Amino acid sequence: MANNQTILKVEDLRTHFFTRSGVVKAVDGISFDLHQGETLGIVGESGSGKSMTAWSILGLVPKPAGRIVGGRILYQGEDLLEKSAAEMREIRGSGICMVMQDPSTSLNPVFTIGNQVYETLRMDSRQSRSSLRQKAVEILSSVRIPAPERRLASFPHQMSGGMRQRVVGAIAMARDPNVLIADEPTTSLDATIQLQYLTLLKEIQAATGAAIIFITHDFGIVARMCDRVAVMYAGKIVEQADVLQLFDSPSHPYTEALLRSVPDLDDQTDYLPSIDGQPPTLDNLPIGCSFAPRCPHVFARCEEFPPEFEIEPGHQARCWIRYGGN
Amino acid sequence: MQKYIITRVGQGIFTLWALTAIVFVSVHLTGDPAIYLMPIDASSKADYEALQRQLGLDKPLIVQYGIFLKNALQGDFGTSITDRRPAMDILASRLPATLQLAAAGMGLAILVGVPLGILSAIKRDSIFDKVAKIFAVVGMAAPQFWVAIMFILVFGAIFKVLPTFGRGGPDSFVLPAFVLAWSIMAGMMRLGRSSMLEILDSEFIRFARVKGLHERLVLWKHALRNSLVPMLTFGGISLAGLLNGAIVVEVVFAWPGIGRMLLDGVQARNFPVVQAAVLASGFFYIAVSLVIDILYAYVDPRIRYSE
Amino acid sequence: MVSTTTNALETGTSGIRRLPGQLLRARLPWVPILILGLILVCAAFAELIAPHDPLAINVLNRHMAPGESASHLLGTDSLGRDILSRLIHGARTTVIISFVSLLAGAVVGTVLGLISGYFGGWVDAIIMRCVDAALGFPTVLLAMIIVVFLGTGTINIILAVALTFWARFARMARGDVLAVKTQDYVTLARITGVSTPVVIWRHIFPNVVNTLTVISSLLVGQIILLEAALSFLGLGLAPGAPAWGIMVAEGRDILIDVWWLSLFPGLAITIVVLAFNFFGDWLRDTLDPKMRQAQ
Repeated sequence: MANNQTILKVEDLRTHFFTRSGVVKAVDGISFDLHQGETLGIVGESGSGKSMTAWSILGLVPKPAGRIVGGRILYQGEDLLEKSAAEMREIRGSGICMVMQDPSTSLNPVFTIGNQVYETLRMDSRQSRSSLRQKAVEILSSVRIPAPERRLASFPHQMSGGMRQRVVGAIAMARDPNVLIADEPTTSLDATIQLQYLTLLKEIQAATGAAIIFITHDFGIVARMCDRVAVMYAGKIVEQADVLQLFDSPSHPYTEALLRSVPDLDDQTDYLPSIDGQPPTLDNLPIGCSFAPRCPHVFARCEEFPPEFEIEPGHQARCWIRYGGN
Repeated sequence: MQKYIITRVGQGIFTLWALTAIVFVSVHLTGDPAIYLMPIDASSKADYEALQRQLGLDKPLIVQYGIFLKNALQGDFGTSITDRRPAMDILASRLPATLQLAAAGMGLAILVGVPLGILSAIKRDSIFDKVAKIFAVVGMAAPQFWVAIMFILVFGAIFKVLPTFGRGGPDSFVLPAFVLAWSIMAGMMRLGRSSMLEILDSEFIRFARVKGLHERLVLWKHALRNSLVPMLTFGGISLAGLLNGAIVVEVVFAWPGIGRMLLDGVQARNFPVVQAAVLASGFFYIAVSLVIDILYAYVDPRIRYSE
Repeated sequence: MVSTTTNALETGTSGIRRLPGQLLRARLPWVPILILGLILVCAAFAELIAPHDPLAINVLNRHMAPGESASHLLGTDSLGRDILSRLIHGARTTVIISFVSLLAGAVVGTVLGLISGYFGGWVDAIIMRCVDAALGFPTVLLAMIIVVFLGTGTINIILAVALTFWARFARMARGDVLAVKTQDYVTLARITGVSTPVVIWRHIFPNVVNTLTVISSLLVGQIILLEAALSFLGLGLAPGAPAWGIMVAEGRDILIDVWWLSLFPGLAITIVVLAFNFFGDWLRDTLDPKMRQAQ
């Protein structure tokens, strides 16, 4: 599994959006390490800043409203925030790549699959038409596309959602990136196809040794896929741990609540607990702990912003309860 | 694909047929063509009946329509009542001028409008974007006939740099083609800008960037090809406007084309000529729509392979 | 973000009820509104505002340049008629012709669109083929056919314009109907035996109103341009009538010496169309942002 070499290190990353109605702190001071070959899950409700973390790493924060205002992103020891646009383009695809949520819109509808695979392969070297074709067939069959030779001439709308998402995966992995970010890649797929896709990702990871950042809101997928987990709430990481540690002893009330709302197949209750209240709007956060307004354990200290407390080695949580309060 | 083209051609032929029916019925509902077609000097009843027989007006309407259709198919639209030349000959002599003007206008609108619109989207909110917007907004609001007249005043009378009358060398195309193109160009620019902005925000553009594609390829391959679809649609819609404009522009710039022929024909109540010109315009319109439909299928494979 | 959601919920789903509130909250486009107001005032009170009779001929005062005489601010034409007065009366011609043809086109188009969308089937097929034909047919050509067979005149010019523009309304109304037809409250009304005209009028029409308002305002500019072009070509009103298109045409032959004859009426058309276009854009963005793409 994971050896201990850090491939990506994010330190105190802050990505803010400057809108007419105020500053939205989409990502507000997060730090995590990603080791070679491991899978890090980033979990949270929509709007918690998961996807914006991904775009920040790729250097594709929506301009002009979005800006990275602080922190460092070290990829193989080099700070990506100091790279030029051209250098970042070199890194995207060959170093860090990403698959996105909706396979039906990730591929350009007016070009054939082959065209979109070729243009990706061509970035690494000028190759002859036939070797390009051979390579394309190879990577399509690596994601189990049946009859890949014929599929090269197909258009995206002629394939099923699951097949399209596998093509997207094949394109993303075509240039052997060290880091793959998967942003809820199975949300729009049927349950059985989801499972196939997750298995496929695992296989690709085993074959290539790539590290994966898996963005999701589904703890079932986390349990299946991830080595480590970071739980995000309102632009901050509120808890970070190994998967087993997190499931055994969730240490932030938000994590506990999320875990409780995962349907348990053994449990025969047909009632699913949910978290009261709404995620906060990011342009108007409370000064202290941002989960305080929804937290069942809230007390006076929560008006202060909680630092990261070490629960056990490799397990941190931002909650005053761990300081011995309550 | 073949089925799609066959359907479209079928629809085109049907529309053209409907147009002939409308023209034929209009002519016959609004009065006796024999009266309009009577030479002014011959007014006796015998002459009138002879003319009726000659025109086949004594036969039942449906037979008359059959004859009309048969003649029209052979390119025979009758004889101009003003100078007794076959209407088809007049049409043939006028057609090239109009086709050249329309091609120049549409070409200008596309070659200038599409890139300007896309640049506006890429350089959103820049000075360039704002100037382009003013150019487009005025182009959509100023009446063509007036712009034409003002251009004649400025470029022809005051600065004397461009010809303003008739069809001659390439320089005689500049003013008419620009006046004809401006509003369509303006529409292309606005539409190109908005569709480009929408496309630049789409997932497949993000994915193209994510996989490390050069920005040049992202814009001019991925985004451009997709934004062509709505622009092509707009081009199709603008065709009617192009014909409208061509009539106005031909009148103002004394351009010897079908538009002027139509207006002269209308003013002289010269039916055969009007008929010929209306059917020719209709044919032109339907033929170009057909080409656009087929191009459309080429640009957007989702249309090509549906059904 | 939260506040807009609540507002949408509070104000209900009916298009009509949503109108005033949304309009009031948005920033008004004052310049276009002032220009349009001015035009409407001119059209309504032309006799009171115009310094001269627009048809009064005074050959001694012909071709006076703008500013040459205090009583003819914008000069006079070839028959000594006051240009400013003719412009003011021309506003009336423009307003009447464009609004009547817009109204005619909107009523016919909406009714046909509602029928087409509601009943579907072969009714829909026939109406939509007509819509395609009308959308594609060059208006000037259509107006020519009408003028050849029916002669010139206000009614015929209105007919020509309305015959072109009804199709836009029909297509939009049909689309809206298809969107709401399957909603539960419409189905409920049909099941409970409410008569078809009542279902359309009470439950479907209100949903279409927003769209119709927006298209109307976006189309007025095009209608004015078309009407002006027809007048210019002599396909509309009688020669000499105070219409802006005719006035531009009158100045065409003596353009070089008497440039102001063509300049001012054309400028008036441009400004009014600009004002309508800006107003229409604003109305669309305020009432129906989705339509940005649909247009």
